[in-house]
Amino acid sequence: MSLSIDDVKKVARLARLAVTEQEAQTAHAQLSGIFGLIGEMRAVDTAAIEPMSHAQDVVQRLREDRVTEHDQRELFQSVAPQVENGLYLVPQVIE
Amino acid sequence: MINASLKQLSAQLAAKKISSVELTQLYLDRIAALNPDLNAYITVNPELSLAQAREADARIAAGKAEALTGIPIAQKDIFCAKGWLTTCGSKMLHNFVSPYDAHVIGQFNNAGAVNLGKTNMDEFAMGSSNETSYYGPVKNPWDKTRVPGGSSGGTAAAVAARLCAAATGTDTGGSIRQPAALCGVSGLKPTYGVCSRYGMIAFASSLDQAGPMAKSAEDLALLLNVMAGFDERDSTSLQREREDYARDLAKPLNGLRIGLPKEFFAEGLGNDVGLAVQAAITEYKKLGATVVDISLPNSRLSVPVYYVLAPAEASSNLSRFDGVRYGYRAPEYVDLADLYEKSRAQGFGTEVKRRILIGTYVLSHGYYDAYYIKAQKIRRLIAQDFSNAFKQCDIIMGPTSPSTAFKLGEKGDDPVQMYLSDIYTIAVNLAGLPGMSIPCGFGENAMPVGLQIIGNYFDEARMLNAAHQYQLATDWHSRAPQGL
Repeated sequence: MSLSIDDVKKVARLARLAVTEQEAQTAHAQLSGIFGLIGEMRAVDTAAIEPMSHAQDVVQRLREDRVTEHDQRELFQSVAPQVENGLYLVPQVIE
Repeated sequence: MINASLKQLSAQLAAKKISSVELTQLYLDRIAALNPDLNAYITVNPELSLAQAREADARIAAGKAEALTGIPIAQKDIFCAKGWLTTCGSKMLHNFVSPYDAHVIGQFNNAGAVNLGKTNMDEFAMGSSNETSYYGPVKNPWDKTRVPGGSSGGTAAAVAARLCAAATGTDTGGSIRQPAALCGVSGLKPTYGVCSRYGMIAFASSLDQAGPMAKSAEDLALLLNVMAGFDERDSTSLQREREDYARDLAKPLNGLRIGLPKEFFAEGLGNDVGLAVQAAITEYKKLGATVVDISLPNSRLSVPVYYVLAPAEASSNLSRFDGVRYGYRAPEYVDLADLYEKSRAQGFGTEVKRRILIGTYVLSHGYYDAYYIKAQKIRRLIAQDFSNAFKQCDIIMGPTSPSTAFKLGEKGDDPVQMYLSDIYTIAVNLAGLPGMSIPCGFGENAMPVGLQIIGNYFDEARMLNAAHQYQLATDWHSRAPQGL
């Protein structure tokens, strides 16, 4: 697999990371090395193997449908970059 | 006092030979004197620590002390602690004062332990040298021109330099064991699911696990007794009977079958590390253990598999950092997308961004099966290697890291070289098994070497038993760096 500089820029956009031309070039060189390492996986025959996502085969627990959290809006918003009247402020998104 | 075990400290506190306030102040004074050079702590807050120490003294006076009551414990800065700055080693969280406690922090608080401060770490736990921290690298107390390992490097250095009685770490691919090895301390990563991940800032959720780091295996057992436990707020926390991890410490090792994976003693292992590990195996034979040769044929694939799965999970977990509800926000932006892109570009460091890019790529349309699913399949093969091996042995031993601590800056430009320094630890996380590292001698340049001990699922008590018996027969674990 070979990754182009345009691929790096596209992925950066998907990841919501601003990159400069210089950063894209450096990342391109380093990612190529890392994908070289990752490419070693291809040599393994995994046709009959089930993917493993967790070590223990446990099922997802369900909890009772009841209120467990109380309102801590002021505490949580005390660490927010910008709030007004209990709302988080962001740039206008609808004209 | 600074070399005392947790049990000895607890006895001193109970006998009123020292108060928790005095003990906490002693460590705060050591931190004030030595931390400017070592950089093991990101945050100390004497006011908060001493308030907890005063409460602990009252609890001891009331006869309600538990094993860790009044003992100053350093917390890796990945654990949210209410009222404490919690940065995860990142500029992204440079101003984040946590509004809540991680489960592990709550467990320590309930036990009456004192939070001594927040230790330095690689940014979002991504790194093997502590050099990716926004707050600067930690120096190895054995040689300040060398790295302490990572990502729990601040914790390892703080334990080695006696800047705390004990501390916590987290381990996603070796982040407890490798720094423990490089700093000459003991560290344990429990079976996945034993310690709750609630309030532990997420890196790769299917691999992340909290664990203790300390001067001895006996101390680790006492710490794990407090840290472990079911928590319904973590969907992968395991519902199990409480156990006493110290229960088997005194058992003799007669008949213990130690498996030695041939892949861990092959090309790539430093001679000095190999010799120290072999000497430790010889000591185990003297203690009554027998040795079996085993093979983990897929372990060589653990690094490639890890660098698909961990970045994939990280890219998803780190999407929450967007400059809106908490953390860093770029000073200038034109619209919402620009706010996201600039806040993330300025708030994250190079290694974190690199892994977000890898993760986003392997999860993107058209590549998911070739990378993510393929890696999950090989993950199963790696786990099966271990279950086959445990049919022939009770415990697995080998090196923790291929070399002793390398120089600061030595592997800075080459991520692949840095990633390969976790070659012996990563497979354990992929399989979800418990693993630990204990000091077993010194290699080149008089730097510490770690012996890795891998157990079967939920076999922490047996591993701690094996480590403790070795530490009764040897004194590597009680060596401390000079001049501190």
